[in-house]
Order: sequence, then structure tokens, then C-alpha cells
Amino acid sequence: MIEFLDVSKTFKVAKREVHAVKNVSLTVNKGDIFGVIGFSGAGKSTLLRLVNLLEVPTSGMVKINDTDLASLSAKDLRQLRRKIGMIFQNFNLFSSRTVAGNVAYPLKLEGVPKAEIERRTAELLEFVGLSDKAKNFPEQLSGGQKQRVGIARALATNPEILICDEATSALDPETTADILKLLKRVNDELGITVLLITHEMHVITTICNRVAVMENGEVIELGEVLDVFTKPQHPTTQRFIESVNKDLPSAELLKEWHDAGDKHIYQVTFTGGATNQPVLSQVTQKYDVHFNIVYGSVREIQGHLLGNLVLSFKGDQDKVAKAIQELQAIVDIKEVIVDES
Amino acid sequence: MKVDWSTFYQRIIEATGETIYMVTFTLIFGAIFGIMVGLSLFVTRQNNILENKWIFGILNFIINIIRPIPFIVFLVFLMPVTRTVMGTTIGTEAAIFPMAIMATFSVARIVEQNLMSIDPGVIEASKAMGASPLQIVFTVLIPEALGPLVLGLTFVSISLIDFSAVAGYVGGGGLGQVAITYGYQRFDTSVMIVTVVILIILVQIAQWIGNTIAKKLMRR
Ligand SMILES: Nc1ncnc2c1ncn2[C@@H]1O[C@H](COP(=O)(O)OP(=O)(O)OP(=O)(O)O)[C@@H](O)[C@H]1O
Ligand SMILES: [Mg+2]
Repeated sequence: MIEFLDVSKTFKVAKREVHAVKNVSLTVNKGDIFGVIGFSGAGKSTLLRLVNLLEVPTSGMVKINDTDLASLSAKDLRQLRRKIGMIFQNFNLFSSRTVAGNVAYPLKLEGVPKAEIERRTAELLEFVGLSDKAKNFPEQLSGGQKQRVGIARALATNPEILICDEATSALDPETTADILKLLKRVNDELGITVLLITHEMHVITTICNRVAVMENGEVIELGEVLDVFTKPQHPTTQRFIESVNKDLPSAELLKEWHDAGDKHIYQVTFTGGATNQPVLSQVTQKYDVHFNIVYGSVREIQGHLLGNLVLSFKGDQDKVAKAIQELQAIVDIKEVIVDES
Repeated sequence: MKVDWSTFYQRIIEATGETIYMVTFTLIFGAIFGIMVGLSLFVTRQNNILENKWIFGILNFIINIIRPIPFIVFLVFLMPVTRTVMGTTIGTEAAIFPMAIMATFSVARIVEQNLMSIDPGVIEASKAMGASPLQIVFTVLIPEALGPLVLGLTFVSISLIDFSAVAGYVGGGGLGQVAITYGYQRFDTSVMIVTVVILIILVQIAQWIGNTIAKKLMRR
């Protein structure tokens, strides 16, 4: 659907070259919610703007539905842009137009008849849950409502692709969750392919199925969200994952427990199937070992459960060792090293 | 020698009419051409929708040259051209020509500045929705800048009232000429006071009209 083939974009700023995007190759498939994550300045926005040619690549090729964007005339490009909705961190609504006027805008550009515009506008406002705000002006809305208007406006021309530049970064956590749900509906119910960029890992884990991690203009990791999340290869990716997955208690707390007598602290991580089996209790019962959950979390990514538990085992030293050995064959378990200094 | 107010009031009414005529006409002219020049200046600027170094450079140069010239100097300087275009260098018609030109360039700069205050993100959003440069001008730039633009035009109309008084100095007619001929050259303070009061009232009215329209447009 969207293909980047060895794409680079270099800006010249006062004789200095900024390599915003470097040799990026990736494919966004139809139906994906594809997330690009990276720290500030990684080149995410530039990458996104290459999709509708708001930026022209310095080298390489961007293709949409097998059409090379570079081959399009100005008129064809405008036509194509109508099939790619775009939403922004700062919403970019027209302050001189009402909510309905904003949503109607792309239809007016196309010269759609007035009655049809009204029907479509009402339908879109209904979809994003803002029918009662049709006559308000953007400045009278909250951030979340503004982004809903932005989404309705981007959907007006029935696009096949929706690109989102940090669509939730200006919003509080609760509003972010609402907007992400809406984007998921856009993908599920309307079948629109979504390409979004963000610097927040939880956005990726909440709605994306595929992810690319960017750093210094390059894609450093790419894959299914679950794979990348469970087996991150690059240190930057690991940092992003740690940002949502604080998987161990603090060293102070561990030491406190250790000093209080918890000598066998282990971390268990498990995905999918094993989570459904009472593995832990079966094995511990067998060896007459007890365990205490001291820390943990279970999260859902792409319909899979991802568990992380920190356990303190109590019982005869040998039996604990045997139980651990048996568990190692079934789940991912490793001893938590407590800094005793 | 004092004026006889029982008949002179008619001269004052006439002069007020001339001033309003000069200001209104030059404002309309200045608004139309000033908006065109200002828009051209904005869209041809670097990195803008119709970037063009040459057009931007030339327009910018002309405005920078003309705007700082004191109006009275400009008026005299332009006289040969005024004679060619208007056929005369005295009277209300002759005053209108240099006023309209000055108004055009003042409005152009104000329009450009108002357009620059539009969030570039909004222009980009429109571009991303497939708007052509011309569509961007008419559906984004003008509507988004309209409120401040009206305030800008109000500002210009007030300086035009000022210009019209200066034009009176060289026989342009209007309240300025009355004030100079009767108030200044014949030392009639009553004429001076009356013209000043009328000019103040005109400025207030212009400001009020401008504010009201701008408020409607900006909904604040
Ligand atoms: N129009 C431009 N002219 C010059 N340099 C640019 C331009 N746009 C982006 N850059 C540079 O390219 C690099 C990547 O910028 P980009 O906006 O794509 O990053 P980003 O990942 O979106 O960052 P953020 O999270 O802060 O939005 C930065 O160094 C930036 O300064
Ligand atoms: Mg960005």
C-alpha cells in the first residue's frame, strides 16, 4: 500500500546538511496500523510528510498503491492527497470555520454538491461523536474534541490511508485513550490503513500491529509489535519498552526484601499460551515450595497476554532449585540479582 | 478677518464631504490593490506556496522605498505623474492619486504581516487535503486573516484622514484645506477648532466601524 524504497531526505540549512531520513525501506500493508516511534528529531515527521509529498525525497522512491509519487503531475498529486487523510499534533483546524465548516472543507475543495456535503458532514460528526458541536468554533473545543474534528475532516473524502503526526501528544492520558480507540475504529470499521508516528511506546502497544523504530533518520528496528516488544534488539528500542514496562522494583526495595529474608527472588515472563495454564502452582505444589508474588504486571498486546512477575520462593533450598529448574523448561525465568552492598 | 458662520457652515459641510470622499475612495482602491500586492508578497516569499524570488524581491523593494517617504514629499514628488494620469495637480481628484498609491503599499505591508501570523500548520493541512495554491489563497489565507485585516484597514483609513489633511496643503480640498486657508493663514481659531473636532469625530467613527466589523469576524 505504502512503500518506501531506500528513501532519503536531506535538508540544507545554512550550508549544513541535515540528514532527516536516511535510506529507509519499509512497506505498510493494507489494513495495518503501522507505528513509527523515535525520540525527538529522529526524522519521524519528515518520513510521514514524504507519504503525501509535503516533502520531496532527496533520493529513493515512495510508492502508493504501486504508483511512484515522483511520476505524478501537480494535479494528480492533489487528487492523490485527497485519498490520504492527515491529522496533526496541533490539530491545524481553520479558526475561521465552524466544526461543520472544517469537516466540510475538503468536500468543498472537491466541488461536492451542497446537500451531499451536509449529509456527509453530519454523518462524520456522528461517527466521531460531535454532532452537538457542529456550529461551534474550534476555539470553543477541548483538545480531544479538536482532534476528533481533525479526524472527521481527514475522513471526509473517504481516504484509503490516514497519516497521523503525533496525534495524541498534546492530549492527557484519558483523552489519548479515547482518540486511540477512535483511530482503531477508523481502521476496523472503515478499513482505513493507518500510519502514525509517536514518541510514546504505549500508543504503539495499544493500537499498532506493526512498528518501526527510528533513530537519526534511520529505521533501526522493524517488525510485528509483539515480536519487537518481547525481543527488542536495539538498545533504543529497549529504552522505549522500559518506558512502558517497568519490570522490576527499585534496587532499594529489593534489598529491603532480601534483608528481610526473601533470598530466592525470581522474575518470570510469559506470553500467550503459558499464561492460561496454572503452571506456577502445579510446579511449586509438586516440590512443596511456596511462592509470594512481590511485584508484577500483565499487559495485552495485539490480543496476546504478556506477563511479568517477580516472585519470592520460600522453602527448602534444594527443592526451590528443583522447582526453578522445572519451571525453566516451561516459562522464561531468571534470578533477580540483589545488590547487597 | 473672521469667517461668517451663518454661511461658512456650508463650506465646512462641503469640505467634510470632500474628506470623506477622498478617504473612502482611496481606501477602496488601496484595499483592492493592497490586498493583491500583499498576497503576492506573501505567497512568493521563500518556502511559500508560490515561491518566486524575483516577484517577491521587486515588490518588497518598491514597498520599502515608498513607504518611509513622508506623505507631503511623496505628494510633491509624484506631481508630474499625477498630472499625466489625472490631468491636473490641484483639487480633490489630484490628491486622490498619490493617496491611493500610498494606501496600496501601506495595505500591502499590513496584509503581508497579517498573513504571516496565520499558523503555517493550517496552510499545510489545506495543502495535504489537496488544495491548489489558488484555493489556499481564497479558502485559507483570506478567511483566516480577515479579522486582523479589517483592523489593519481601519488603521490605514485613519492615516488616510491624516493624508487628506496634508493634501489640503497643496490644494487637495477637504477639511485640511479649510483648516489651513482659514484657520492657519487667516488666524481664525474657531475654524481651526471646528475642523479639528470634525477630524477627531471622523477618526472615531472609522475606528468604531473597524472595531465592530473585526469583532464580528473574530467572534471575541
Ligand atoms: N524543513 C526543514 N528544514 C530543515 N531541517 C529540517 C526541516 N524539517 C526537519 N528538519 C530537521 O530534520 C530532522 C528530523 O526532523 P523531524 O521533524 O522529522 O523529527 P521528528 O522525529 O518528527 O521530531 P519530533 O518528535 O520533535 O517532532 C531534525 O534535525 C530537524 O531539525
Ligand atoms: Mg515531529
